[in-house]
Amino acid sequence: MPKETAIIDIRHLSKSFGDKQVLKDINFYINRGEFITFLGPSGCGKTTLLRMIGGFLNPDEGEIVMDGKNMLDIPPYKRPFNTVFQRYALFPHLDVYDNIAFGLKLNKLPEDEIDAKVRKVLKMVSMSGYEDRDIDSLSGGQQQRVAIARALVNEPKVLLLDEPLSALDAKMRKDMQQELKEMHRKLGITFIFVTHDQEEALALSDTIVVFNDGVIQQIGTPTDIYNEPVNEFVADFIGESNILDGTMIEDRKVSFLGHEFECVDSGFAPNEPVDVVLRPEDLYVMSNLSKAQFTAKVLSCTFKGVFYDIMVSVDGGYELLIQDYSHFEPGSEVGVIIKPQDIQVMHKLCTTNETEAKVIDSNHLEIFGECFECLPLDAKYSTGDQVRVAIDFDKMELQDNQEDGTLCGEVYFIIYKGNHYHLTVRLDSMEHILVDTDDIWDKGDLVGISIKKENIRIIA
Amino acid sequence: MKKFLAQSYIWLLLAMLYAPIIIIAIYSFTEAKVLGNWTGFSLELYKNVFGGGLNSSLMKAIQNTLSIGILAALLSTMLGTVSAIGIHNLYGRKRKVMTFLNDIPMLNPDIITGISLFILFIAVGVSQGYTTILIAHVSFCTPYVILSILPKLRQLPANTYEAALDLGATPAQAMRKIIIPQIKPGIISGFILAFTLSIDDFAVTLFTKGNGGIETLSTYIYADARKGGLTPEIRPIMTLIFITVLILLIIINIRSMKNTKK
Repeated sequence: MPKETAIIDIRHLSKSFGDKQVLKDINFYINRGEFITFLGPSGCGKTTLLRMIGGFLNPDEGEIVMDGKNMLDIPPYKRPFNTVFQRYALFPHLDVYDNIAFGLKLNKLPEDEIDAKVRKVLKMVSMSGYEDRDIDSLSGGQQQRVAIARALVNEPKVLLLDEPLSALDAKMRKDMQQELKEMHRKLGITFIFVTHDQEEALALSDTIVVFNDGVIQQIGTPTDIYNEPVNEFVADFIGESNILDGTMIEDRKVSFLGHEFECVDSGFAPNEPVDVVLRPEDLYVMSNLSKAQFTAKVLSCTFKGVFYDIMVSVDGGYELLIQDYSHFEPGSEVGVIIKPQDIQVMHKLCTTNETEAKVIDSNHLEIFGECFECLPLDAKYSTGDQVRVAIDFDKMELQDNQEDGTLCGEVYFIIYKGNHYHLTVRLDSMEHILVDTDDIWDKGDLVGISIKKENIRIIA
Repeated sequence: MKKFLAQSYIWLLLAMLYAPIIIIAIYSFTEAKVLGNWTGFSLELYKNVFGGGLNSSLMKAIQNTLSIGILAALLSTMLGTVSAIGIHNLYGRKRKVMTFLNDIPMLNPDIITGISLFILFIAVGVSQGYTTILIAHVSFCTPYVILSILPKLRQLPANTYEAALDLGATPAQAMRKIIIPQIKPGIISGFILAFTLSIDDFAVTLFTKGNGGIETLSTYIYADARKGGLTPEIRPIMTLIFITVLILLIIINIRSMKNTKK
């Protein structure tokens, strides 16, 4: 049950477009008066969820409850929400005044009351004096302000903002962030903000909900999410990070980069494979090698204004990004120290690709809808049987030409693991397969995947 | 010399295109019964047209042409606006299929449209006359109206309709106060286009007017010419129609030019 403070409760929400499921059983609640941000890469479902809250889309399953009422029965024009749309969606045939007064006029408010409200809200967004201007004559930032004013003038209980700052230039965006935060503080209403910009999310929010692939990855305050990401996706998406494969030897002892480190995490299985996150600013680098936990060689050192971005290489072919205030000469040996509380250990989402397969004949299996050759099957299996197979991340080959692989897909997400890349490939069947590779691929690359017969393991 | 030849080619082409109309226009200012005889400048034919000197069946035909034109334009504009909004809100394949289906009637030869409507009306047992002509005209005008409104809908800022609902407008209010005003230029162009297409039509009208004796201007002139010689008053009428259509076309073009500038 959500707390007393909840204003909106989202229960078991699912939505598909065609055969693509964009939201998968979403459950969480939004506190009254908070600034909550839905954060995630494009296509993660965050905008779909916002549109459902606004009432412009209906979920396939689940409900959105506000103050005990199921909102799904209420059409958008009766919901106590107002939206600032991504491209503002102002009405170009009306001037600034009439755009803002639109909602008030529909509510048949007296003329002088409308007038007072419009002037007040224009003052709030610093646009007094622009009443009679045409929408087309305004700059992007000014249109943005009108869009915010138009939403706020109706005094909604919840303000929905769909990537409202994405069309503004960097400086403008910073200013608007400050103003939004100020408005939120003054008005005290709930803001639901959608963005793919993690910096924006960290700067503005009370609570961040990180989405990927239609699933909530993590909910927390900006500091929680930055300091204690729950998985490699969140760690990589929020801020800069070094993400490495490691093994949890026992409670408070983790091994990675070929060394053992003390850490503060516990509750893992002995020798459980884990992901380790090291924030670049948490790595201490020094010329003194004797006191270091391990040594590294400086590859590059780039001045970033306040600090240096230092790339170092570590034995085992690993590369790490370190941020430090001092300069280190490329080529020099340095010592590195990592403090126990700066090591964030996370469960792996999975350690191998496991999926259902169908027996075609004694040498062939149907996996992800394609036919694969496999090692001769046990005699107990017959055609049509369902089996479970596992394919390890590093046991697949990626091909430039989709035709050269048995499976076709698109590189959907990339994480650099210090010495190799960990790719999520979205297959044509919309299923995901995880592949480790030493080669550099870009997000969106179309790839073919082939799997040797000896690398298909039957596990059940 | 080369330039002169190139230019004269253009002028020759234009002259050939417009000669028939210009000849009609010139001969509308003389009284001769037979087209091609110049018997001196006179406004007599124009006086007849406006002074009630026309025979009643020609008068009736003109009235039919205008009333069918206006009604067909009104009905197809309403139908086309609603359809265009519907098509615009479809996604992906469905929208493509609908736009394609909308294009076919425009490419279809008039004669085929006419004959198929003729067969349809007989099949459902409707007696042909004014109403069937009107239905036929609405059916071939509507695709053009849709075609002139769709681009306007595409130009709407993203989420316009949602924004209206969001601010408290019911779907009907969102249409009336937000969508329709913004696509109005397309609706007006569509109306003018439908009107000119309707008053211009011959083939479809011929097949859908039935035997009840109803004529529009085009079918009247056709019958008149076959009976032996055009009524001289047709010449000023043609000239006036040409000028009207020309003005309407210029209006449409200026409107679309203004829009592209924006």
